[in-house]
Amino acid sequence: MKSGHFAGTAVATVMAISATSAFAQSRDQIQVAGSSTVLPYASIVAEAFGENFDYPSPVVESGGSSAGLKKFCEGVGENTIDIANSSRAIREAEVAACAEAGVTDIMEVRIGYDGIVFASKSDGPDFTAFTPAQWYNALAAELPQDGAMVANPNTNWTSVDESLPDSEILAFIPGTKHGTREVFEEKVILQGCEDSGAMEQILEINGGDEDAAESACMAVRTDGLSVDIDGDYTETLARIESNPNGIGVFGLAFYENNTDKLKVATINDVVPSTESISTGEYPVSRPLYFYLKQAHVGVIPGLKEYAEFFVSDAVAGPNGPLAAYGLVSDPALAETQAKIADLGS
Amino acid sequence: MTDATATAAPATSDPSRTQRRNAAEKRFQLYGKLAVGIGVLALIMLLGSILSRGLPAFNQTFIKADITLDAAALDPNGNRDPEDIRKVLTFAYKPLINDSLTGLAEQLAAGPVPEATPDLIAGMISDAATATLRDYVIRNPGQIGETVEFEFLANARIDQYLKGNVDRESAAADSRVDPIQLDIADALQESGAMEKRFNLDFIIGPDASENRPEAAGIGVALMGSAYMMLIVLCLALPIGVAASIYLEEFAPKNWITDIIEVNISNLAAVPSIVFGILGLAIFINYMHLPNSAPIVGGLVLTLMTLPTIIISTRASLKSVPPSIKEAAIGVGASKMQAIFHHVLPLAAPGILTGTIIGLAQALGETAPLLLIGMVAFVRDHPGSLPDGLFEPATGLPVQVYNFTQRADPAFVERASGAIIVLLAFLVIMNAIAIFLRQRLERKW
Repeated sequence: MKSGHFAGTAVATVMAISATSAFAQSRDQIQVAGSSTVLPYASIVAEAFGENFDYPSPVVESGGSSAGLKKFCEGVGENTIDIANSSRAIREAEVAACAEAGVTDIMEVRIGYDGIVFASKSDGPDFTAFTPAQWYNALAAELPQDGAMVANPNTNWTSVDESLPDSEILAFIPGTKHGTREVFEEKVILQGCEDSGAMEQILEINGGDEDAAESACMAVRTDGLSVDIDGDYTETLARIESNPNGIGVFGLAFYENNTDKLKVATINDVVPSTESISTGEYPVSRPLYFYLKQAHVGVIPGLKEYAEFFVSDAVAGPNGPLAAYGLVSDPALAETQAKIADLGS
Repeated sequence: MTDATATAAPATSDPSRTQRRNAAEKRFQLYGKLAVGIGVLALIMLLGSILSRGLPAFNQTFIKADITLDAAALDPNGNRDPEDIRKVLTFAYKPLINDSLTGLAEQLAAGPVPEATPDLIAGMISDAATATLRDYVIRNPGQIGETVEFEFLANARIDQYLKGNVDRESAAADSRVDPIQLDIADALQESGAMEKRFNLDFIIGPDASENRPEAAGIGVALMGSAYMMLIVLCLALPIGVAASIYLEEFAPKNWITDIIEVNISNLAAVPSIVFGILGLAIFINYMHLPNSAPIVGGLVLTLMTLPTIIISTRASLKSVPPSIKEAAIGVGASKMQAIFHHVLPLAAPGILTGTIIGLAQALGETAPLLLIGMVAFVRDHPGSLPDGLFEPATGLPVQVYNFTQRADPAFVERASGAIIVLLAFLVIMNAIAIFLRQRLERKW
């Protein structure tokens, strides 16, 4: 009988605790979710914010830009998140979904730029310079040839371009669930398709259908020479370490943390660096954002302060901790700061 | 019939057949040994790689440095007002460290490392140092203007150098460390200003951002896991045992109980992520429990663990000889008395084993936590019970997963270190189960 009583009491106590505290308690820490590319930056800021202010440190979840924005658009209230990190701009469909759930005042904050680099094992073949056209010819599923589309015949980098090392093609590119893949397709493969003149030939073949030509350009080969990496950059690095001939697509920040193992290739003879990306010389880069629910300003303590702190010169500026990790700081940071300063006033 | 006798008769007398049977048995024993051998080998390799990679995480390199707490920088108004001192952010402390190291740099430059500069030495100190300094100054405003000796964590690359993972060749190619800093590290180690020793903060401290892997700990995850296990134990054990006793001893045997039985067995095989989806829908969206909180994690894991506990409890209730219950009823006990006084104590060892297996399974689970916001970067420890159940936390497997995703190579050892702590947690739980089982077990 004793154990029966004990069991009953235990259940009742836990239930009672969950019932009373859950409704009485209000959330006092900021909740952030979204892009895994922005996560390192957001966690650096969350850490510094907790150290410097009396507010509790924000909780930062990752899971991808789309997942974060979806969570963000679930509604307004304490059990929804306050900020969504994103490695791409919010889409119209997402704005509409937000509006439907009552999330109308969304502030877009651009925190800086992120470069995408091509790197290979430091003692592997001499992959030091590429052009988008070479990447297109190496990775496209089908290439236009004599007025017809044929399966990509290139299996060695020398057959793409004689200046490239004699090594079989083996590329590790981000999987389709990553925001990075979109940038890679648009800024490298599609660009290469246009640069190499393949675009015109495809348009001739298909009779001028531009949308179809673009998708034909961006279709990546699936015969095993291009490998989709659905995990993170640590997985790409592990693949390259076991395949010295492989080339991987990385974020600039990841490369800068692993320069002892990787060597980076130039694109159109521009070396990727925070400088060449901020001037726009290096072609493969993208802006990073976070989206803030304005309805939560003044409700969740410290939300405005967090946003202000994130884009302050000391944090997101060229000498701040974010730049030290690999973020290319935004030349127009002052405008963003002014926009946030007006929040809630 | 004739065939059978014809073949069976010579079988007993044919020595080659006996040999074949004996040989087959030997072969089978060999296969068995091989199978066990492969299993043991795999375990040794796994444990070996985790231990060799993870044990260094429990040690950390520390650097002693004299820091001058410059009044002009830390208290610009000169009134020692705590409010004003708080307004000086950690960023203002960084130049302070650089300035304070000028003396040390000159000393080193005159001696063992001619290339030493204050900036290079400051670069060897963890970014977490600025927060340590600021906290100290806020607590001791009277010390502003004085020179105080501090002990800081060394930067991850220097720490990895002392652990043998960074050498001069890799440092030359590495943008995060300079070979000269390695020379300085050697000199400082010789003078006793730098040493590697056990670091309790790895076990109790919170996670840190990617700029400072040396400061990252698993304290928040450890507390989160402990809270969740507590909830699972307090809910799953009583509910599971009550359900099994009813189903086993009292419930009528009809099609409804059959359906329940089949469904419990099926539930045990449902992928754990499904429980996460359920948890998100019920506990967060409907009951409005907070995101990322151990209470939600514990409730979800309770749902996941219940079938395991019910199945094992019913099996151990069944294994108690019916004569015990019958004897109790025979001397006048009610059915309930017979069960609670006689059957349940005898079934307890089996119930405990099932519970611990269920808990161990729940402890290692990440998938359901993904959906309820516990796979996150959490800096603040949850408070004490019971309020702490509602504050954000992570879990140990989540922390392992988070560490493996980080770019800095120094997180590799921390991931393995976290696995070691997780395994230790499991071993302790299993040891308790074995101890209790041996105390309670009765043979007949």
